[in-house]
Amino acid sequence: MVVSGSLERLQMASMVASVGAVSGNEVTVFLSMNALSHFTTVVSAPPLPEGPFGKLLQDKKVPGFKQLFHQAVELGDAKIHPCSMAVDVLGVGAGDLEPWLGEPQGLTKFLSDAHGGQVWSF
Amino acid sequence: MTDRKIIDARGSFCPGPLMELIARLKFAAVGEEFEVLSTDKGSASEIPEWLHKVGHELLDSREEAGVWHIALKKTK
Repeated sequence: MVVSGSLERLQMASMVASVGAVSGNEVTVFLSMNALSHFTTVVSAPPLPEGPFGKLLQDKKVPGFKQLFHQAVELGDAKIHPCSMAVDVLGVGAGDLEPWLGEPQGLTKFLSDAHGGQVWSF
Repeated sequence: MTDRKIIDARGSFCPGPLMELIARLKFAAVGEEFEVLSTDKGSASEIPEWLHKVGHELLDSREEAGVWHIALKKTK
């Protein structure tokens, strides 16, 4: 569950999702709140760091968080769903979202699917 | 001797080298060998750990002048 729009949290979430997915785990990502806009054409500015480590991330050759989420889908069959509420609040359509995202999903469905599994929030 | 394909991931940080390897393995045939070059110390332990977890064969792992050379074979 990814809700933060900060660089560090998006980066860490993408690392967990990608490595987890390519290691044989079933991974579902739910994007909402400030995180979701970074997967749309609504926000073109990159996420801001929340601390000094985020500034280091910007300076180093670290794989980008969107690249890692995309690889989680392509290489590990991860499912990444925008939160349907956040989609409505942002007022974005399917054409405004990254094409490798899944269909918008409600919280009830996500919680139902995640029942019994590990839930990580960022 | 089997041709060993080089994956030059020097300069990239974790999990970049691992993801570059997995992207190549996806389209490789069983038995193909690869050697990942990485300057990221974390990847030098992460890649063998991943190979062990998913069942590919680690052939060699050594460090030369700050570059890790991780050789492996796709086994399935």
